[in-house]
Amino acid sequence: MIIVTELTKRYARNTAVDHISFTVEKGQIVGFLGPNGAGKTTTMRMLTGFLPPTAGRATVAGFDVLDKPLEVKRRIGYLPETPPLYLEMRTTEYLEFVGRIKGLRTPELAQRVNYVLDRCAVADVRDKVIGKLSKGYRQRVGLAQAIIHNPDVLILDEPTAGLDPKQINETRDLIRSLAGDHTIILSTHILPEVEQTCEQVIIINKGKLVATDSVSNLQSRARGTSSVLVEIAARAGALDVETASRRLEKIPGVSRVVFKETRDNLSTFEVEGKSDRAMRGELARAIVESGWDLNELRAAAVSLEEIFLELTSSDEQKSSSARATEKELETVATDGGQS
Amino acid sequence: MRNVWIICRKELRSYFASPIAYLLLALFAIVFGFFFWNVVGYFVYAGMEAQMRGSTFPLNVNEQVIRPLVSNVSVIGLFLIPMITMRLFAEEKRNGTIELLVTSPIRDSEVILGKWLAAVVLYGGMLLLTALNFSWLFRYGNPDWKPLLIAYLGLLLQAGALLAIGTFISTLTRNQIIAGAATFAVCLLLWVLEWVSGYETATYARVMAYLSVLTHFESFAKGLLSIKDAVYYLSAIVLGLFLTARSLESLRWRS
Repeated sequence: MIIVTELTKRYARNTAVDHISFTVEKGQIVGFLGPNGAGKTTTMRMLTGFLPPTAGRATVAGFDVLDKPLEVKRRIGYLPETPPLYLEMRTTEYLEFVGRIKGLRTPELAQRVNYVLDRCAVADVRDKVIGKLSKGYRQRVGLAQAIIHNPDVLILDEPTAGLDPKQINETRDLIRSLAGDHTIILSTHILPEVEQTCEQVIIINKGKLVATDSVSNLQSRARGTSSVLVEIAARAGALDVETASRRLEKIPGVSRVVFKETRDNLSTFEVEGKSDRAMRGELARAIVESGWDLNELRAAAVSLEEIFLELTSSDEQKSSSARATEKELETVATDGGQS
Repeated sequence: MRNVWIICRKELRSYFASPIAYLLLALFAIVFGFFFWNVVGYFVYAGMEAQMRGSTFPLNVNEQVIRPLVSNVSVIGLFLIPMITMRLFAEEKRNGTIELLVTSPIRDSEVILGKWLAAVVLYGGMLLLTALNFSWLFRYGNPDWKPLLIAYLGLLLQAGALLAIGTFISTLTRNQIIAGAATFAVCLLLWVLEWVSGYETATYARVMAYLSVLTHFESFAKGLLSIKDAVYYLSAIVLGLFLTARSLESLRWRS
């Protein structure tokens, strides 16, 4: 649906986007992830035809953004970081205007307006002046505007920025529910958002593509391994942690065993190994055969956070960027913490 | 063409949804009303005096009332035109709605034409108010209506040119006040450029006088349809809108 090849945007002094290539399949929901200033907005603007690329090509639904801008714009719904709202208009009036400039004709217009009002849960403010709406409503009116002409592709620039936790959840649900009908690219610097909403993730940093993969692949790829948490207890007395560690390490496929903690006679180990499924069986068998009780065995999810930090911070600036990202994550945790 | 109309209608709606349009129309009506009252009053006084002196000097409504009044209209326009155009693009840039317009499947030229047309329509609305005043002259006098129509055409052309320039200036900034002030300065300069010809006859003075919007209005005020002057205004409109288009385009390369 979207093919981007060697896309580059250079300004007088800096390169905002540097030879980025990726493809997005039809119906996918893709997270565009990167720290602030990584070039997410610039890339999106090039896809929407707002900015012309310096070099490289981008095609949307088979149309080149430079050669056939009108065809591309007809097929794209775009929600910029600040929703492009006319504050003096009423909600329906605004949606009708956007529908018209997106090429909808009068007969279908009213029906589409009603549809998006319902779909984005803004029907109750249809006759309100947009300037008087709360931030959450404005964001949803912005989304309604983006889908009014039923575009093939939806491009959403930080759709949850500045919303409160409840609104963030509602917006994410809404975006997920739109995924069936549209191909969606959404940019964000919030990691849980990608883990929750997206199938694919494209990570960029300083204008360069760092990684592009499915969320699950990326999680396992980051360590090249998968890890499992096991909780075991000795039948009688306390478990000898040393012996247990050594025993677990002997299991084929296991590369590393880390003792985590002991609580109420239950000891937790993190076991890293090559392939998750085969290793778990071996683990369980080994533990039972050693005469211990297997209390719990579960896959330890590697959060994208770690991957993100790993991928986006080069050695010389690791500490500073990590600190910045941590800070962002903290703010997310405090105002968005619902993952 | 359909898109031009959509944009134009949206602009008119936002003029009338805010107090801008009403304020401009009211201010215009008050100021022009005063001018009208003044000019007509003087005309009546001059007529009575001529009668008392037994003078047979013919008094002409077209020459002595309508002609100075349409010149006054264009002066008032000079002040109001920046207020009409200053928000056209500056507001869109500030609110970020320009991104919506530019990423919609419509051409820049359609956006520009639509906005300019809305400004012309609002100005036309002001001219309609003057028609109300002028209708009294027809009620109690017997002026020729053709020169008045031509004067109206001249006013529209002149305003069209200044509005196009104002539209262009509005694309240069996100700040409406700056856009308005700059437009006012440029309009005023274009107005007074003609003064040079009062004491200087060198080529540069003639060129400056030619560039002045005032020079080209004289024949329209007299009720003469001059192709040369109409061409001047039309080319100013085209130039203004062309610059707007280039500026809008460069916005994308820069931003």
